[in-house]
Amino acid sequence: MNVSASAMTTPPSPPPAPEPLVRVRGLCKYFPIRGKGILSKVVATVRAVDDLNFDLFPGETLGLVGESGSGKTTAARCLLRALDPTAGDVLFRTPGGATVNLATLPERALKPLRPHLQMIFQDPYSSLNPRMTVGEIVAEPLLIHRMGTRREQEERVVDILRRVGLKAEHRTRYPHAFSGGQRQRIGIARALIMRPSFIVADEAVSALDVSVQAQVLNLLKDLQEEFKLTYLFVAHNLDVVRHFCDRVAVLYAGRVVELAPAAELFSQPKHPYTRALLSAVPWPDPDVRMRFDVPGEVADPSRLPSGCAFHPRCPACFGPCKTQRPELKRLSPTFVQVACHLHSPAD
Amino acid sequence: MPVPSPSSPSPVVAPPSGPILEVTDLRTHFFTDDGVLPAVDGVTFTIPRGKTLALVGESGCGKSVTSYSILRLIQRPGRLVGGRILLHSQRSGTIDIAALGEDDDLLYHVRGGLVSMIFQEPMTALSPVHTVGDQICEAILLHQDVTPAEARRRAVEMLRKVGVSAPDRRIDQYPHELSGGMRQRIVIAMALVCDPELLIADEPTTALDVTLQAQILSLIKGLQSEMGCSVLLITHDLGVVAQAADEVAVMYLGRIVETGSVRALLKSPRHPYTRGLLKSLPSLNQGRRLCSIAGSVPSLSAIPVGCPFHPRCDHAVAGRCDVGAPPPLRSVGAGHQVACVRAEELPPMAFHAPADGSRTPTSPPRSAVDDGGVSP
Repeated sequence: MNVSASAMTTPPSPPPAPEPLVRVRGLCKYFPIRGKGILSKVVATVRAVDDLNFDLFPGETLGLVGESGSGKTTAARCLLRALDPTAGDVLFRTPGGATVNLATLPERALKPLRPHLQMIFQDPYSSLNPRMTVGEIVAEPLLIHRMGTRREQEERVVDILRRVGLKAEHRTRYPHAFSGGQRQRIGIARALIMRPSFIVADEAVSALDVSVQAQVLNLLKDLQEEFKLTYLFVAHNLDVVRHFCDRVAVLYAGRVVELAPAAELFSQPKHPYTRALLSAVPWPDPDVRMRFDVPGEVADPSRLPSGCAFHPRCPACFGPCKTQRPELKRLSPTFVQVACHLHSPAD
Repeated sequence: MPVPSPSSPSPVVAPPSGPILEVTDLRTHFFTDDGVLPAVDGVTFTIPRGKTLALVGESGCGKSVTSYSILRLIQRPGRLVGGRILLHSQRSGTIDIAALGEDDDLLYHVRGGLVSMIFQEPMTALSPVHTVGDQICEAILLHQDVTPAEARRRAVEMLRKVGVSAPDRRIDQYPHELSGGMRQRIVIAMALVCDPELLIADEPTTALDVTLQAQILSLIKGLQSEMGCSVLLITHDLGVVAQAADEVAVMYLGRIVETGSVRALLKSPRHPYTRGLLKSLPSLNQGRRLCSIAGSVPSLSAIPVGCPFHPRCDHAVAGRCDVGAPPPLRSVGAGHQVACVRAEELPPMAFHAPADGSRTPTSPPRSAVDDGGVSP
């Protein structure tokens, strides 16, 4: 792994360049595979996330897309230190203006920062404790961080429930009394009650029906404006990502293969993998045929191919692809970054 | 091959051009402590031979219960309480599946032999303690009079057809040794190995990535034209419908609210619910906000009086939509039926045409959401 080389090709900040809220540098997460027995040696390593570099700017939504096994959920969890990264930095700008490295901070120093970093989970059925009332679920973060008196906590719960489209009287009910869309609103209220600045939404609307999905996406957009939120939006539904995200990072086998403003990514995809991924999206129009002619399946992260991990499936594979791993480079004058030998940084 | 039991109608060889399946006024209710839940309530549709009918709707609309009813897989407290399910088999004549007894030999012949099913989640549809080969051969040995060696040969052949690499090695592997896409191919092989006349695919790609989904949908399509079977596709994804189906029926609260050809339904939908579903799709939205359908699907124990959709409908009028029985399906064009009393009064819904011709899967239109950079 070449951290120093990747540090030189850090993502450019599009003008006007505000200070990034989160800077991810060389983030890696490897999982060892052990042989049989208790004191067994490591027989292989799963490179779930391998040398991620990107910035998140205040108020933007960055989409993280890829197939299952591409490392998008692992990356999202490493960012919030739900997992300890193997290497790399996650530099977070606190509301006070200081910059801290979430990747290396000890647990005790991390706790006061937790209110600023929140997560919305995929499955609204398993992410809410069925034995707690909605009021208790939403108020729990306040109790953990000992914020406010009981009365103030009560007021904040009522206020946040109202903002996510629920009613004050819903506080005393249990999650089972709510539909999938309403449960996801409860999960959103729980994430927002701490007034976070950074939210990771891991497949936050994937489990919902389309009509409800649209309601929740609209709600997330409204809340982003109201609370000046920054989202990392992990999703596999490319239609949702195109609609919802400002910029999109495409992951393949734990690495970013393309990172671009959403409009550019979807209208002029550069990486052959991005093109393949987009061509597989079924369009709700019988006159627009989907086609997907990339053979094989996602690379096994414990046995990554040499060179570019996509080369065995790539229709445009040529000379250097099999031996040299392409670095993520910006195609000036655009803000598109792509890791592919087809695109030299000069063009 | 099992002999039709005396209780079944006398076999009549159906003409190859007629429909493969005619479902008339199908009603499947669940008898619970909270009362009777009409999960499927008067569903009528036909599947033309060799074609694909998609049954679309949100969770709880009754699309899966409909497909389970066709195979008589409904378990207590659910019960088929009415309707006819006529299967016009070329091999075994016309069979009313709804009239068959629970233990009828003919029902076992229908299940797996004439009609087979692909389930949503391949890992739960496969047994974790049997090899792939055992599971495929079980179906062959059950429905065809062949030796185990011949069954194995056919299983290998089927695995090759569904695109499994090194099928003679894979056949001795267990499901956990295979990837998700491979498992779904195994499930498809199991469903098709007895050469069914009707294939029911219940959300066959919902658990898969888009890339795998595209591969599996084109695989089903290819096998369908090769083997000449008809398909009932259960899905919630209108994109999948557009790509894989010939005909569509949209379900809401146990009833079909609109049915017609894929083109008619997706290009000029008439029912406000169908329109709402299409407008909710991010891919068809140009604006910053998505259109959504207000509220959520009501519980089956409290189905609204009149048109079941009226409390969520923008076009509902008091005194017409909220009284009496649910509106029946009416014809509004060639093969296009709608269950809405106001269908003719509603303005046509025009989708933005691809003005610049950019609307191809590789380059979908630019969304107005994106300003090309970082939001302020």
